Amino acid sequence: MSQDTELEAAMDADLPLPATSLDDPHLREAVRNPEGAERAIAWFFVLGVIGVALFGAAYVQNWRPFTLGLSLGLGLFFLGLGITAWGKYLMPQGPFSEARHALHSARAEREAIAAALVERTGVVVKRRRVLLGLLGSGMGIFGIVALFPLLRSLGPLPGLTLTKTNWRRGSLLVDSNGRAIHVEALEPGGIVTVFPAGFESNDQTVAVDQTVLIRAGTTAIVTEKGRSTWAPAGYIAYSKLCTHAGCPVGLYEKLLRLLVCPCHQSMFNIDDGAVPEFGPAPRPLPQLPLYIDRAGFLRAQSGYDQPVGPGYYERTTT
Amino acid sequence: MSTAGVRTKREAQAARGRYGRVGQIIGEIDDRLGVAKGGRTFLDKIFPDHWSFMLGEIALYSFIVLIATGIFLTLYYVPSQTLSVYHGSYAPLRGQKVTAAYASTVDLSLSVRAGLLMRQMHHWAADIFIGAIVIHMARIFFTGAFRKPRELNWTIGLTLLVLSLANGFIGYSLPDDLISGTGLRIMYSIILSIPFVGSYLAFWLFGGNYPGTLIIPRLYIVHVLILPAILAGLIGAHLFLLVRQKHTQFPGKGRTEGNVVGSPMYPTFMAKTTGYLFMITGVITVLGGLAQINPIWQFGQYQADKISYAVQPDWYMGWLDGAMRIMPSWEFAGWGHTIPFVVLLPAVVFPGMIFTLCYAWPAIERKFTGDNAIHHLLDRPRDRPKRTAAGAAMIALMFTLLGASATDVLANFFHVSLNEVLWTFRVLVFVVPIVAGLFTWRICLEMQGGGADIGKRKRAVVMTRSATGEYRTVETEAQPDDEHEELPPIPVPVHIEVGAGDTDGEEVGVRTVPR
Ligand code: HEM
Ligand code: FES
Repeated sequence: MSQDTELEAAMDADLPLPATSLDDPHLREAVRNPEGAERAIAWFFVLGVIGVALFGAAYVQNWRPFTLGLSLGLGLFFLGLGITAWGKYLMPQGPFSEARHALHSARAEREAIAAALVERTGVVVKRRRVLLGLLGSGMGIFGIVALFPLLRSLGPLPGLTLTKTNWRRGSLLVDSNGRAIHVEALEPGGIVTVFPAGFESNDQTVAVDQTVLIRAGTTAIVTEKGRSTWAPAGYIAYSKLCTHAGCPVGLYEKLLRLLVCPCHQSMFNIDDGAVPEFGPAPRPLPQLPLYIDRAGFLRAQSGYDQPVGPGYYERTTT
Repeated sequence: MSTAGVRTKREAQAARGRYGRVGQIIGEIDDRLGVAKGGRTFLDKIFPDHWSFMLGEIALYSFIVLIATGIFLTLYYVPSQTLSVYHGSYAPLRGQKVTAAYASTVDLSLSVRAGLLMRQMHHWAADIFIGAIVIHMARIFFTGAFRKPRELNWTIGLTLLVLSLANGFIGYSLPDDLISGTGLRIMYSIILSIPFVGSYLAFWLFGGNYPGTLIIPRLYIVHVLILPAILAGLIGAHLFLLVRQKHTQFPGKGRTEGNVVGSPMYPTFMAKTTGYLFMITGVITVLGGLAQINPIWQFGQYQADKISYAVQPDWYMGWLDGAMRIMPSWEFAGWGHTIPFVVLLPAVVFPGMIFTLCYAWPAIERKFTGDNAIHHLLDRPRDRPKRTAAGAAMIALMFTLLGASATDVLANFFHVSLNEVLWTFRVLVFVVPIVAGLFTWRICLEMQGGGADIGKRKRAVVMTRSATGEYRTVETEAQPDDEHEELPPIPVPVHIEVGAGDTDGEEVGVRTVPR
């Protein structure tokens, strides 16, 4: 019989319990010089008290977070150091042991619960098959119905909202302050983020409408076959939504003529239809066809010819 | 006994029994709840003395700090995306349109007394919390503590990790600053990338197309109520199982599958662990005061068409960012549908596989070793070379991916092209884990040859040279604390008897025996 089980037997039988004398080496301090440890711990506590008191003063005086954090932090740290050192060096370290009792129950107990489940189910529940079936279908239908609020209350169905932007035929290009862009507005090399007029300060739609307008030259630029009229007077417009994961493509490397996405470094060449030259973006940025109206302001010939931004299952490929 | 109620102190004590008022109160409680036996067993609960058992405590105590500082933050933070013109105390922001979430976080940082300290403590505690969970998990893994009967606690622990990662990411998003908003944008695209259901999930989560006006209030309630409640419940279950199944322990003198050896809950462990709580809180407080983290007033309000150059998640999200960066730009487009593998594989499928592997590991190992026995004694990592190699490979993979999340920084720093860095990481992500695994496996085999006393404290040796030039070495005498290590374990004594000379006068409840 191990010592532990002996102890339990003694407890159960109300016998006198085993005792250890204070001289037992198991109860001895873990350091050779307990007095020294005690002194060190006392100092830790003193530092701790000073720290937390200082924090009180610093708080009352509304000092900087630096002082608040340092005083409270060091105060708590030293209190903790003292408590831990007390436990580690001046309290009994044993080693003590505790018996581990097998986790499993007696065989009879296991059988009893299995029997209860199997036999009661077989004898009492399974006989009422019709009831079971009805209850089951009720629960099943409820399970499905319970999903409805999740489906329709949490948000609208995507529909076409992911595909559509507010760019239309004739949309006036404006910057975030609503100023229309005159053909003289940008020097070659200039860049500005534009929106369709009327939507520039709608913080919901700027997320999809955002478009970068770059003045890449002074004469019309053909970025791809079939786009001969899209970039008049050197003005090229691309969707600003990265086709990788939707970050705004916010950097323009003027010398390399690259649009760069800071999120994962996709790079799009502005001269050949924003084809990704580097990085994870899988598709070119869609280009917005532009024209210059009679007053000299930039407008869209039409909306984008394809969905902007990152890919998703319903995104059409034509 | 005197009847007039004038009892001497001693008489009063005698009336209460040997243990005085404490004994009396315990009696009253036990009459009603019957907890004396369980309570005593709990005080005697044994905690193994090994530093690696402290890692879980660090996680637990940083969680406590998270709750305490988080409650403070809720008193000021306003979870709303409503825009208005800023009139608060931070001058550079005045006149700009900001959301209530952003403005309240700026104000709580800059004009609430101790507000910045609390906010930075909260953020540091989150980073430390997740770091501690990961290291704690590594110790469970490498020592085989997850084996039968503790598979359920491995599962609970992993779930704690997953939910904490989620809550950390969500908390990071709450201030609605430029950097956190970009993180949310990427998260939206990640959800969108899931075939068939992605766009529906994204719309339901955000209440519509990105950005909508609902996401911050929704994330808020998830962050401060739903996930913390689940975490607290799971932590409770984790600790309950720990008490029920008792600690594992390393093999050693007097340690068997049938016992646990160490120091008792009361008073030794309680003192040590309370001290740790204070020290960890202290460290987090010092960090919160001294080390600036996430200075959102410098980043500016999130706007869907703006972006910061330094887009960067918290460290525990870096591996996913790295995976997204090195993934080739594959996308399937055809039959009227698009599947962006470039996002789907690194950000959904890959983490799914990693966590599935972790969840399944105990079952996988049981299947390969055919070992279905109960284990309470821990493995030394070197004795399980394959498992240790697998763990090392996993850690290597994670760190390589974390490195890959800094491709641009590395390219700038070493003045090499981004392309070279990218391809280096595409190769490293396969090579490093394999090399690390093989290397670890080899080292384990080598170390198995070493003596059994590796890691034990060695006794000092004194070397002397005699007059004739002869050298002799003698082991020094055993020191009290060496000897201490050698003692055979005993059960926690119920009574401590004090020798007659040890106390001055009589103390209530202490048995005195003549020396
Ligand atoms: C697993 C536990 C938790 C983790 C990992 C976590 C993490 C975070 C992080 C990283 C932030 C961003 C802080 C920043 O702006 O720099 C944050 C913000 C916040 N957290 Fe938590 N948190 C946790 C639990 C809680 C709890 C329990 C509460 C409240 C009861 C809470 C309340 C808040 C509030 C109100 C904010 C927004 C204010 C702010 O950003 O400063 N958090 N959390
Ligand atoms: S979002 Fe642009 S590169 Fe990833």
